[in-house]
Amino acid sequence: MSTKVVERKPLTAYERTYLPSFLGGLSVTWKHFKKTAPFLGNKPITMEYPEQKWVVPEGYRGAPYLVKDQDGATKCVSCQLCEFVCPPKAIRITSPGQDGKPADRSNAEKMPKEFEINMLRCIFCGLCQEVCPEEAIFLQKDYSLTGTSREEMIYDKEKLLKLGGTHAGIQKWKHKLEEASEQEVFPVTTN
Amino acid sequence: MFDSLKYLDPTVQFLLFSVLKIAVVFGVTMTFVAYAVLVERKVSAWIQDRVGPNRTAPPMVEFIPVLGPFLTRLGIFQPMADGLKFLLKEDFTPSYVRTVYFWLAPAIAVIPAFMTLAVIPFGSTLGNPDNKMVIADLNVGILYTFGIVSLGVYGIVLAGYAANSKYPFLGGIRSSAQMISYEIAMGMSVVSIFMLVGDLNLSKVVEYQAQGGWLVLKQPVAFVIFLVAAFAETNRLPFDLPESESELVGGYHTEYSSMKFALFFLGEYANMIASSAMMVTLFFGGWSLPFLGEPANGLLGGILHIGIFVAKMAAFMVLFIWVRWMFPRFRYDQLMDLGWRRFIPLALANILVTALVVAFTNR
Repeated sequence: MSTKVVERKPLTAYERTYLPSFLGGLSVTWKHFKKTAPFLGNKPITMEYPEQKWVVPEGYRGAPYLVKDQDGATKCVSCQLCEFVCPPKAIRITSPGQDGKPADRSNAEKMPKEFEINMLRCIFCGLCQEVCPEEAIFLQKDYSLTGTSREEMIYDKEKLLKLGGTHAGIQKWKHKLEEASEQEVFPVTTN
Repeated sequence: MFDSLKYLDPTVQFLLFSVLKIAVVFGVTMTFVAYAVLVERKVSAWIQDRVGPNRTAPPMVEFIPVLGPFLTRLGIFQPMADGLKFLLKEDFTPSYVRTVYFWLAPAIAVIPAFMTLAVIPFGSTLGNPDNKMVIADLNVGILYTFGIVSLGVYGIVLAGYAANSKYPFLGGIRSSAQMISYEIAMGMSVVSIFMLVGDLNLSKVVEYQAQGGWLVLKQPVAFVIFLVAAFAETNRLPFDLPESESELVGGYHTEYSSMKFALFFLGEYANMIASSAMMVTLFFGGWSLPFLGEPANGLLGGILHIGIFVAKMAAFMVLFIWVRWMFPRFRYDQLMDLGWRRFIPLALANILVTALVVAFTNR
């Protein structure tokens, strides 16, 4: 059998006086106290949240925001791919319609009339960023979204663009192609 | 101002002075309780690598340069906020409780804790030699203390019964078992002290130590037994079986809220203070230091003696808090074993040895 019987030694007379556990407890607690107590010239390792904030690493998937191009124009062309791919259906895009407002950049046919992300539904999965052909939506570094009502947590186009900032250059499918080819090479080795 | 008091009847003088002492002791104890909670939270935080309470401050304090933020960071204002919170919380009484006992229990838990303080000599004299710094200079001081302290446990047992729900009930049962196991050993440990001193009056115990050295040196075994029993008596870890948050959901005070809960809390800390004061009085020379043994003559010396007493007491409070993080909670049977099979025989042996020594040295 593979059962291993662990030998349990009876406590020695010294151990039964509880002295070793007392001394052990004393040394452990003192070590931590010494390390943390401010009047001994030390600082706790605690990060005090609202004042001190965690440095968000590169590639972090926070809240998705829309970005503008270098001329300050909306990059989104209202193709609705993100709306279709969004698993929790957090994105809702209202198209401009046939005689809507034209896109504010010259090389695009249209831009959304309204673009809403319900941040209460969003699961920060990043599929919208992955699917976007125009590189118009990015998961950015905000992780602490708060509001006092449900309505407030539905971010509209204006707010998303303001929060998103600028992302220069329109490369269309260039980066997608790079990513795809990288994935082909990366782990797969035949034979 | 004091001259006009001299023309009063001695009884009235005594009465006035006693009321004053009661008011001061009560006020100081309450403040001590509030700040003991703060110290507990801070020390616990540091032991666990945390920061502890560091935000609470009344409005405008932040505008005081340097001092304001420093005090806030220290958590000085936290006890005020805690007290206010207890007052403002909803006082909820579940429908299934035994109402009379439910109301009675917190009072029974808190009153004995304060009554114990009456016989503790917290200083020598203040001003003139007749102004003894003890509220009631009883000749049976220690018997009074033991009688009153054991009453405190009934508050907890009663709370367990009154709540009419299983967790408080278990807490109450544990508390009564714990009391039986420890009270005896505690009482026996003190017997040897009074054999040496030859008096039950606590002031005499302190005088004896002021001249003949601290009793902890002569009776270390009795001190250890008393210390451990004091932890059990005050329901502090590692003997907080009646409370055991992790298994009994708060034990005897599960069903209590708001000010009634606060009274239990107050009782626990007041008990800690009373136990610390008892230990200082019985084993660590009360208000005396090895080189400051004489009762004070002036006002300044008297205040110094009170300061020494409070400092020693505070040291014991820190010990109470510190030990909380050293041991895991004892199991029910381990606690009984420790009480009945180790400490009671040990205390008896200690009495016997002390008796022999006293008999042979003819003191």
